[in-house]
Amino acid sequence: MDTELLGIVATFLLTMVIAIPMGKYLAKVFAGEKVWTDFLKPLENGIYKLSGINIKEQMNWKQHLKALLTINILWLVYGFFVLILQGKLPLNPDGNPSMAPDLAFNTIISFVANTNLQHYSGESGVSYLTQQFVLMFLQFVSAATGISAAVVLFKAFRDKTTVELGNFWEFFVRSITRLLLPVAIIVALLLTFNGTPASYDGKDQFISMQGDTVNVSRGPAAQMIAIKHLGTNGGGYFGANSAHPFENPNYLTNTVEIVAQMLIPLAMVIAFGFFIRKRKFSWMIFGVMTIGTLLLLIPAITSEIGGNPAIAKMGISQSTGAMEGKEVRIGPTATAYWSIITTVISTGSVNGMHDSTMPLTGMWQLLAMMINSFYGGCGVGLLNFFIYLIIAVFISGLMVGRTPEFLGHKVEAREIKIAAIITLLSPFLILTGTAMSSYVFTNVAGADWAVQPKSWLNNPGFHGFSEMLYEVTSANANNGSGFEGLGDNNVFWNVLTGVIIFLGRFLPIIGPVAIAGLLASKKFIPESAGTLKTDTKTFALMTFAVILVLNALSYFPALTLGPLAEYFTMIK
Amino acid sequence: MKKYITQSIRLTLVLMVLLCILYPLSIALAGKMSSGNGGGEKITRNGKVIGYALLGQSFTKPEYFWGRPSSVDYNAAGSAGSNKGPSNEDYLKLVSDRIDTLLKYNPGIKKLDIPADMVTASGSGLDPNISEQGAIIQIKRIATIRKIDVRKVAELVVKNTNKPILGLFGPSSVNVLKLNLALDELN
Repeated sequence: MDTELLGIVATFLLTMVIAIPMGKYLAKVFAGEKVWTDFLKPLENGIYKLSGINIKEQMNWKQHLKALLTINILWLVYGFFVLILQGKLPLNPDGNPSMAPDLAFNTIISFVANTNLQHYSGESGVSYLTQQFVLMFLQFVSAATGISAAVVLFKAFRDKTTVELGNFWEFFVRSITRLLLPVAIIVALLLTFNGTPASYDGKDQFISMQGDTVNVSRGPAAQMIAIKHLGTNGGGYFGANSAHPFENPNYLTNTVEIVAQMLIPLAMVIAFGFFIRKRKFSWMIFGVMTIGTLLLLIPAITSEIGGNPAIAKMGISQSTGAMEGKEVRIGPTATAYWSIITTVISTGSVNGMHDSTMPLTGMWQLLAMMINSFYGGCGVGLLNFFIYLIIAVFISGLMVGRTPEFLGHKVEAREIKIAAIITLLSPFLILTGTAMSSYVFTNVAGADWAVQPKSWLNNPGFHGFSEMLYEVTSANANNGSGFEGLGDNNVFWNVLTGVIIFLGRFLPIIGPVAIAGLLASKKFIPESAGTLKTDTKTFALMTFAVILVLNALSYFPALTLGPLAEYFTMIK
Repeated sequence: MKKYITQSIRLTLVLMVLLCILYPLSIALAGKMSSGNGGGEKITRNGKVIGYALLGQSFTKPEYFWGRPSSVDYNAAGSAGSNKGPSNEDYLKLVSDRIDTLLKYNPGIKKLDIPADMVTASGSGLDPNISEQGAIIQIKRIATIRKIDVRKVAELVVKNTNKPILGLFGPSSVNVLKLNLALDELN
């Protein structure tokens, strides 16, 4: 087997080996059982005390959501003001300017929502203060928000009937002290000792071997890159994200970063099973997610290794695969692997440019974001998957003619309505968003914006359509990667994607938490011969079919106009 | 509701001390012990900084090994890829021009010898590496211009090739800056 393929197989196995024990650990942490990190309790108690929090206060699902939304709105307001004022604030050694309001609107929503779609470039668009006190801060706390919301779901299905779902602040603080911060420290140190800058030194200048004067952007990058992966955020310190040699110095750091971003989404699924004492059920979920991921991964890697057919026609041998937008030290195989992991997981960091990948690879990336729950983002991946489960339970119930039940609770009209709204939200946002941008591109081409619609595409034809589709899909999935050729820093894209990210973040958190809370408060029905078993291969297949049918019906036409059309014109 | 607001404000402030001050500062401090003192490893010649080990730089003179095409001309304060789509006609024309340039400057090589990385732009625009094959096709040109033995240049390329980790994982690559430094020392 060639060393590039061997590299990604080893990476995948390594991730599993770490994620499974981590899942067990997380289940214990959130259940309040004894774990080896309990020496951190004094730190946590200090935090609660200083914040005036009593973790013994039990919350119901509505109180959880109130706490969650309150603190998130606070971050939105705080961050917005730092962004529009950063040019005048301290810690700005490169003298970068303040953000325009529309860009600040987009950026702050994007980081609060764990998305990290970046319409600015790290080197010239933000100050060190912003990088650390807004962006990196939000990378920690937005991940913790997602994890805490998922833990509310855990709580709802642990006990038979309950309205007491634990304390939001406790889940939130613990996900930082017991998980995000310690692992971020390890990752940041690994990066630093492989060459990623970590100091506060400003821009540097040198004369190159050929006599060119070169400016070098630096700064405390390792700290941010660690949490951007661990927290499935994805927002890079530098413009080129993890393709930049400072962000990702070698193959080893590449492995560290790709493992780090998969860890928590995987571990949360395992943790769910341990927490609700139904391990077989979480293996069912894990199985569906893993098979789904592999089905996207294998064709994407194949199409990248195959190289660009148009370049092959010129007589160039692409022995390792397509190289446009990729780095030699990482290679096409690991870049293709990353491109699918970062889209199924909702990280959105890139180690190669997605805009330059082959048409079909682009389609698999898009599909990964449209489904958005094969593993999915920190905590929220599981919440998204939960919606698919509810729909699958409902449809199975209809097929066998019984009232649908989920983990011992009746699923009734109210829950199904919520699930249906959440399911329809994604195609609604993605398709109307893409339609609007296509309309503006053709009909308001000369609008007087920072980037005029007629010149916002970097590529003509079908690929140009894919650029717009990708941007909107990435916003809805809270992913944050882009077909970066798109000139997206203008008022239209900033507002459109800002709104989509906001809705695409908070409604899919509110919906599942509400359903879980409603179900948990209902009478518990013990399992009988007539119960639909949800931990079987049959139900796994049913869930998979639901995911496939819903997404195929929603997105096939759009994918046909973009990547598929490009593919068929290229091979003709 | 009011309780949640004050709790949110206080918790945010406390966490900022932990996450935005203590965490990054301790990593920065630890970074002082890394090879580049946490500011990126520099490469010096005769006491002068001539580059960063991790950052590619522009080499256009025929007596040096060339790096990969860069869409930002190796601007280390503005990294970016070309973001050209695979079917873009203008882009394909550019690739074809790059092939012609390589054929012109490197007599004796055939199209099939040229690896993809030498005619495509990298993701960051700062790729410090080329493939081993990318260096091999330039050996003859450099040996001729510098009037040194072809075998000596070839040895240098072999010596400067990074193998996969443990010989098993990942691609092999050649750091262009280090190779060119070694080349200058040869004369």
